[in-house]
Amino acid sequence: MSAVEIVRFAVRGLAANKMRSALTTLGILIGVAAVILLVAVGEGSSQSIQRNIQQLGANTLTVSSSTGGGGGGFRMARPQEDSGPRTQARPLTVDDARALADKAAAPHVASVSPVVSANAQAATYDGASHPIQQVIGTYPSYFEASNKPVAKGAYFFNDDVLAARKVVVIGQTVAENLFGPIDPVGKQITVTGVPFTVVGVLKEAGSAGGFQDADDVAIAPLTSVQQSLTGFGPLGQILVKAGSAADVAAAQAEITSVLDQRHGVGGTVAADYQILNQATLQETVSAATSTFTVLLAAVAAISLLVGGIGITNIMLVTVTERTREIGIRKAIGAPRGAILGQFLVEATLLSLVGGLLGVAIAVVGAQFTIAGITPVVVPSSVVLALGVSVAIGLFFGSYPANRAARLRPIEALRFE
Amino acid sequence: MSLVLDVRDATKVYGAGETAVHALRGVSLQVEPGDYVAIMGASGSGKSTLMNIIGCLDVPTAGRFHLDGVDVGALDDRRQAVVRNRKIGFVFQSFNLIPRMTALMNVELPLAYGGVKPAERRRRALAALDLVGLADRVGHQPNELSGGQQQRVAIARALVNAPALLLADEPTGALDSTSTLDVLGIFDRLSATGRTIVVITHEADVAEHAKRVVRLRDGRVIEDTRLAPVDGLPPRLGEATA
Ligand SMILES: Nc1ncnc2c1ncn2[C@@H]1O[C@H](COP(=O)(O)OP(=O)(O)OP(=O)(O)O)[C@@H](O)[C@H]1O
Ligand SMILES: [Mg+2]
Repeated sequence: MSAVEIVRFAVRGLAANKMRSALTTLGILIGVAAVILLVAVGEGSSQSIQRNIQQLGANTLTVSSSTGGGGGGFRMARPQEDSGPRTQARPLTVDDARALADKAAAPHVASVSPVVSANAQAATYDGASHPIQQVIGTYPSYFEASNKPVAKGAYFFNDDVLAARKVVVIGQTVAENLFGPIDPVGKQITVTGVPFTVVGVLKEAGSAGGFQDADDVAIAPLTSVQQSLTGFGPLGQILVKAGSAADVAAAQAEITSVLDQRHGVGGTVAADYQILNQATLQETVSAATSTFTVLLAAVAAISLLVGGIGITNIMLVTVTERTREIGIRKAIGAPRGAILGQFLVEATLLSLVGGLLGVAIAVVGAQFTIAGITPVVVPSSVVLALGVSVAIGLFFGSYPANRAARLRPIEALRFE
Repeated sequence: MSLVLDVRDATKVYGAGETAVHALRGVSLQVEPGDYVAIMGASGSGKSTLMNIIGCLDVPTAGRFHLDGVDVGALDDRRQAVVRNRKIGFVFQSFNLIPRMTALMNVELPLAYGGVKPAERRRRALAALDLVGLADRVGHQPNELSGGQQQRVAIARALVNAPALLLADEPTGALDSTSTLDVLGIFDRLSATGRTIVVITHEADVAEHAKRVVRLRDGRVIEDTRLAPVDGLPPRLGEATA
């Protein structure tokens, strides 16, 4: 009997048991698609978080006050009203920032940007209104340190800060919501009743992995924000940029010594500020996201296992029927090789078709955004999922056949 | 004259020790070409056991067994498959057709395993189905056929390779009287064309169609009666034409 004939027999065998074939294919399909998609979602989210961290700007250190409920994370400058001082702790001030900018005391510091911020400020323009998630008051060096280039218009200048001019650079989301198709540069908006002139629009940063919209911001000179929105209280944070990646550690040490001195930290007095290192943060978040990916992969592996058990079940349930069939085939003179070949090809077709359909569905599914995350298909997960499911299908499809083909015909015919 | 079938002192023991069942206790049976043998005996006397050994579906515990001059027990697995395919046609009491395959495909199956080309396969399968009077049912699946029709498909499948020996284990056991007559008529005609047939039956009027009746009891041959000469017509057909 030729190989072509054996394949034809296998196809005929599958067509004769459409329900069984469909269920087996479905089991493998779901297992494979689940593994690939879940791993892709995990990978996608971890990549987007990594990207967002990198967007925060390289070589930067964020100094924040550790009074009143822990230092805020990256980008999320704590709202002014939360940062009331506690006991002897001193808040961060513009003078602290000025001290850090002293080249003699802190030679590894390239730039220092004091930051205040106000959350959820109502902005209006010509009838349109939009609550800006975060209004940041700072110095122009902030744009470079925090990696926020402008797409249209320009930054503001140190002069604007000194003169407390009411100029503002807005994020994409703000521009879209207030202006729509109109070019915002040169237009005047009001923020909580105070008029500001838009001088620039930030380049789109993209979603921050679903935490916060990084484009829903407005950045204005420190003094104008203090004047009109936050008052002249303590700073939210100080963004420090080190000269290079190699200088970050030295800069951190310098900041510590300058601030320890200014805040009287030492001995029994604990530090009232904290320094967030971008690199450290990145490592921490990487570890967290890889844990997340492993978790998803575990869920996926379980679904593959469940799918595998389903396949096994379907294959084994039909063994009685198939064993009798094998007995009949042997009784009319089928050689063992032809029987094994047929069942092996049947199992291969089922698991390959199911597996490839699963890959196709997963790849198509990965084109969509799932829960705000763009999945990234990991090639090794495709190989693994396909390999495991095909192996399960092959083994449980051919093992019972192999066993039955070894029986004497009469034993196979009597099998119950 | 060379024997189609030569069984010498075959024994078959199922199980071992206390619970061992001696299904055959030394059976010898010689069948010449063209003979039509009915094997009778009480339930449990070992008829099916003997038949399965003759059909190469099972192996004897001891004893020698030649089929068409070949010592089957000495063959390897592959050659035994060839013997089952070429030399033996087996008809079961329970039909044993493969479900969800049409009558034609069922009948073609032994030819496919025998390596016959598709066109030739179809022609011979259709001829075999025509012989058993089912030319108009070739496209039906087993569950769309009556018991008698299924058994006739099974007979066509057993015949299609022109085997040296046609074996049937109670082929009419599950059939009504009309279907029984159909099947027996087919066997009579096959016998008349010189085919060698061995049939197991419980029923005396089925045995009356054979040229020779062998009786088993407790795994032994207790009676061997010839009803008609080997090279003549089977008795019923002989009466009808006489
Ligand atoms: N697979 C088996 N395992 C154990 N004992 C068996 C097996 N097959 C048959 N036997 C025993 O062997 C003996 C002969 O059985 P066999 O099937 O040959 O009888 P039989 O003459 O065909 O009977 P019946 O007319 O009822 O079909 C019986 O006692 C039966 O119980
Ligand atoms: Mg029996």
